[in-house]
Amino acid sequence: MNNFGFYVVPITITIILTASLYKRVPAFETFLEGDTEGIKSTFSIAPSLIGLIIAVSMLKSSGALDLFKNLIMPIANIFNFPPDIIPLALLRPVSGSGSIALLDNIFKTCGPESHAGKLGSLIMGSTETTFYTLAVYFGSVKIKNCRHTVICALIADFTAVLMSILISNLFYH
Amino acid sequence: MMNYIWAFLIILSTICAIFTGNISFLSNAVLSGANDAVSLIISILGMMAFWTGIMKIAEKSKITEYLSNLFSPIIKFIFPDCPPGSPSAKAICMNITANLLGLGNAATPFGIEAMKKLQKNNDSKSTATNSMAMLIVINTASLQLIPTLLCTLRQKHGCANPMEIIPHLWIISAVSLTVGIISTKILEKVK
Repeated sequence: MNNFGFYVVPITITIILTASLYKRVPAFETFLEGDTEGIKSTFSIAPSLIGLIIAVSMLKSSGALDLFKNLIMPIANIFNFPPDIIPLALLRPVSGSGSIALLDNIFKTCGPESHAGKLGSLIMGSTETTFYTLAVYFGSVKIKNCRHTVICALIADFTAVLMSILISNLFYH
Repeated sequence: MMNYIWAFLIILSTICAIFTGNISFLSNAVLSGANDAVSLIISILGMMAFWTGIMKIAEKSKITEYLSNLFSPIIKFIFPDCPPGSPSAKAICMNITANLLGLGNAATPFGIEAMKKLQKNNDSKSTATNSMAMLIVINTASLQLIPTLLCTLRQKHGCANPMEIIPHLWIISAVSLTVGIISTKILEKVK
């Protein structure tokens, strides 16, 4: 199961390149075109990443994160939930760059292989910036009454967090 | 909303640092945070660029369209008011495929196109239809085959096997997506 992850990327690339040969798509030229776009889009998130990583770095050094952690510790312990994850779970539905900043901080302090690091990775990978998506999609067609959308999107996010806890307890401990 | 959150985080840090006596660390944190941000951007740049390049080849080789055709029978069940082959069904399929392949930049335009197509058949223009709610729930469930950014971030921090989590992520996303779809189907009947 664990080795399976190693195959995913090389096999995906091989399939795509084989398809490009079959369809006679100029692989390298097309790659350069997309790769240029990729550089642009990475730089386009740079401004918000800089702002938010500085904010998280300040939050951490001020001791505010530790205070929050101690406050939440008794509840977190009941569920075997590393307290470092809570800020990430709270900010994730609102801000993509903000959650990258927090995850980067978790990796830095606890390491990506720690319980917090793995659980953080699972939560990050299985949830989305729900409120941002809602705003963009409904905003594009000027919908005001979202009916059951918000609650259902949050149910899905909540399920993802619960499943992440379950999986991390099953496979990593 | 981000305006408030961001300002709150920084103001809270300053107040907290004054009370805990960590104020000397705080000014250093601004400098080191700025540094960290730039090194993070540089370290993800290569992989993000490479992956967008590979996915561009997938798009040009019609893999996206092929996958999106595979989904169309399922779409019929989840979006009953979008008959197969209709413009809205096509946009929805392309949106889901782009999400699956991690083409964030392509997924949003397809999603918005689908929303506009759905809005055309909407009787009350300010209220969401069942299909609109479903499309958004699917989009927020984050089903992604290869989470490039996440894996790059893990590797940057010295993770020996950053891809190890991928199969687990698939399980989690599949379950949360299913729960999301079922709850949307149930709650759409509630007035």
